[in-house]
Amino acid sequence: MLAFIIRRVLQAIGVLVAVGLIAFSMFRFAGDPINQLVSLDTPAAEREALRDALGLDDPVPAQFLRYMVEAVQFDFGISYQFRQPVSDMLASRAPATLELAIVATIFAMVVGILMGVYSALRRDSALAKLLQAVSLIGISLPTFLIGILLIYVFSVSLGWLPSFGRGEVVRIGGWTTGLLTASGWAAIIMPAITLGLFQMTLIMRLVRAEMLEVLRADYIRFARARGLTDRAINFGHALKNTLIPVITVAGLQFGSVVAFAIITETVFQWPGMGLLFVQAVQNVDIPIMAAYLMFVGAIFVVINLVVDILYTVVDPRLRSSLRAPT
Amino acid sequence: MTHRTSVLALASAALLGATALGAQAATLRYANQGDLKSLDPYTLNETTANAHLGHVYEGLTKRGKDLAIEPGLAESWEILDDGKRWRFKLREGVTFQNGNPFTADDVLFSADRVRASGSNFQTRVPADATFVKIDDHTVDVVLQTPNPILNAQWDTWYIMDQEWAQEFGAEMPTPASAETPSHAALNANGTGPFSITVHEPGIRTVFTANPTWWDEPEHNLDEIVFTPIASDATRVAALLSGEVDVIEPVPVQDIERVRASDRADVLTGPELRTIFLGFDQDRDELLYSNVEGENPFKDVRVREAFMRAIDADLIRDRVMRGLSTPSALMIAPELFAHSDEFERPAYDPERARELLAEAGYPDGFEVGMDCPNDRYVNDEAICQGVVSMLARVGVTVNLNAQPKAQYFAKVLKSGGYDTSFYLLGWTPGTFDSHNVLNDLHGCRAEGSPRGETNLGGYCNEAVDELIEQILVESDEEKRNDLIKQAYEITTGEFAYVPLHQQALAWGVADGVELVQRADNQVLLYWARKGD
Repeated sequence: MLAFIIRRVLQAIGVLVAVGLIAFSMFRFAGDPINQLVSLDTPAAEREALRDALGLDDPVPAQFLRYMVEAVQFDFGISYQFRQPVSDMLASRAPATLELAIVATIFAMVVGILMGVYSALRRDSALAKLLQAVSLIGISLPTFLIGILLIYVFSVSLGWLPSFGRGEVVRIGGWTTGLLTASGWAAIIMPAITLGLFQMTLIMRLVRAEMLEVLRADYIRFARARGLTDRAINFGHALKNTLIPVITVAGLQFGSVVAFAIITETVFQWPGMGLLFVQAVQNVDIPIMAAYLMFVGAIFVVINLVVDILYTVVDPRLRSSLRAPT
Repeated sequence: MTHRTSVLALASAALLGATALGAQAATLRYANQGDLKSLDPYTLNETTANAHLGHVYEGLTKRGKDLAIEPGLAESWEILDDGKRWRFKLREGVTFQNGNPFTADDVLFSADRVRASGSNFQTRVPADATFVKIDDHTVDVVLQTPNPILNAQWDTWYIMDQEWAQEFGAEMPTPASAETPSHAALNANGTGPFSITVHEPGIRTVFTANPTWWDEPEHNLDEIVFTPIASDATRVAALLSGEVDVIEPVPVQDIERVRASDRADVLTGPELRTIFLGFDQDRDELLYSNVEGENPFKDVRVREAFMRAIDADLIRDRVMRGLSTPSALMIAPELFAHSDEFERPAYDPERARELLAEAGYPDGFEVGMDCPNDRYVNDEAICQGVVSMLARVGVTVNLNAQPKAQYFAKVLKSGGYDTSFYLLGWTPGTFDSHNVLNDLHGCRAEGSPRGETNLGGYCNEAVDELIEQILVESDEEKRNDLIKQAYEITTGEFAYVPLHQQALAWGVADGVELVQRADNQVLLYWARKGD
């Protein structure tokens, strides 16, 4: 088991180095950071001095190596635009993004499962058909459009919910949370729905399909023959057996929820890491771009690692294969 | 009351079925598309940053609502020794927000700091100017050569407190490559009408009225809450839903919608920036063209043909929705006294075709065009309009529209002026023609900053000579006459095709009064709310 984990961790480091390398080779196409740092009428000599100070003229492999050596010590450099350490900036933005991602995932799970169960049990009802249609919209409409529609309806027309920001936040240690204030909850509703909508429809469709499958299984028929109530059969037996793949998918999707938060955060001016990243791309702020990509890469790697480990805990059959050297 | 609590108020109002208005007359909530990145006033020379910091810091001079130079931290000044010595009398009894008095030492310190490495404002103060402290409230600036526009940009050369900077180790402007963050990037200590009480970079900044300000405030605000909102649709929605009071800019396509709402209005006016087209007139063969062995843009007739083929009125009506002012000159009319003596050559595609034929291109030619797509108002759409107008006279333009990060990396000096035909915008930082002539029309020369942004390499020695004279001529009338001579040469040679001045568009909630200055600085110390 230990050897398996060590092997996996080593692979994870390899993946992160690859992410860094790909990111660094892409930055050359992002444009010249100097032009975003100084005004247009800045003399060329001043530009050159800045370029020199930032080490932008060094060959890419040298820049990459320098970056990696510092990154290992959790030093991600100083943002070109903000003149602040990138690690501090990401740390101050991370709570907003993670909170949004968690609320969006919970929303997607709860609503998705309820809708999925309903449309599996009452397959032919009008509401189930409506839910199916809604899910099609959720899966095909682009995120920014949903966000803008929500803002237009609930902020501009009805005036119920704020159109931007995070509301009032409370600081607890190094973490800031909006979940302890009414304005924080009001502010998170629309971004969480926008971000979670895709996952919600995915989960709904998954639950529905799994449910329909399970309801045809022999043990459900036996349960009915034993005279159990519909409630016990549907929720005690069928739903429980449906949830295993649902939880797996939702867990694996968490990484992409964090990554896709970029668009939602931009639409709602949500002060998280995704917004920081988008603005960094526009301004060619390489230290932020690099650190964010590494961070998202790390999230994916960690989630996969945890899932792998959990599988071996859950399914003993996998354990024997682990001992075999690969 | 912050915008957060007002959001709370709005939310609870919705629940109670009541309205929560009034009660917040003293807080102005302002959203801009850009962040306030660093509070160090010498880090980034950009209109929005200068405007934000102008609430906290002040220069020796100020610019009024009509952009006229007014006394700021200097009460008065006089020019001695034939223009080689300027004497500034500093205002007495002014204190910085931390309580330190403002004295001549602070001016000397700021003059060194603004010219230090890492400052983006090095050109604000001539490198060879010496600052001499005469007494605590008198400073002399000794120059090598007379400079009639020495203080033209001093309204945004903000004076910092020497003691404060030394106390926190912020004696040098924060260079982008700094290993440690500077205290001055996150904190501010000026003499201005507001102080910064909360600054979360990229999230929000709170400006609180400074009760010890030396001047009489024109605003009636207690605080200003600034939030960056990058997305156009969200920024407009925030204004329409009453969550913010002022937004800048309002996207051109949303102006009518905001005007039609009963909550807000749009303030528009011509901006000082001139949008123009430039040609590569330097290379013997264009980089992006099917014409081989010669450069068609070296022929003045081809440049004139381009000028005549482009209908700036149509661009105004169709692309800019009426919100642009076609230009005859490369400088905004507000900034040059004799502007009205110049007229934009009329749109005349027939004449353009004739000129092209005379120049030896009866069937036109093909040329590549570089254009930014996220820098100026509707920049890409303007370029597309230009492409189709030139197609009518037989010139095929291959448009390469890119984000500004890539565009500027390609066309500027650092990219080797890699362009044949391009669109650019220019606001003279000094609000003076010398900057336009020197930077955009001066012959490029190795080792001199002159003409560095003259991307097409236009060059006429007569213009260069005039530029030298304009720099040192102190008599305003004579100086304006020299400028006029220079523009007569450059427009006669069609050095550029000026298109238009784009419009300012600020969204303002009802009940808020603002002063809109043509340089697009949103200065809320002139704002009044709720009276």
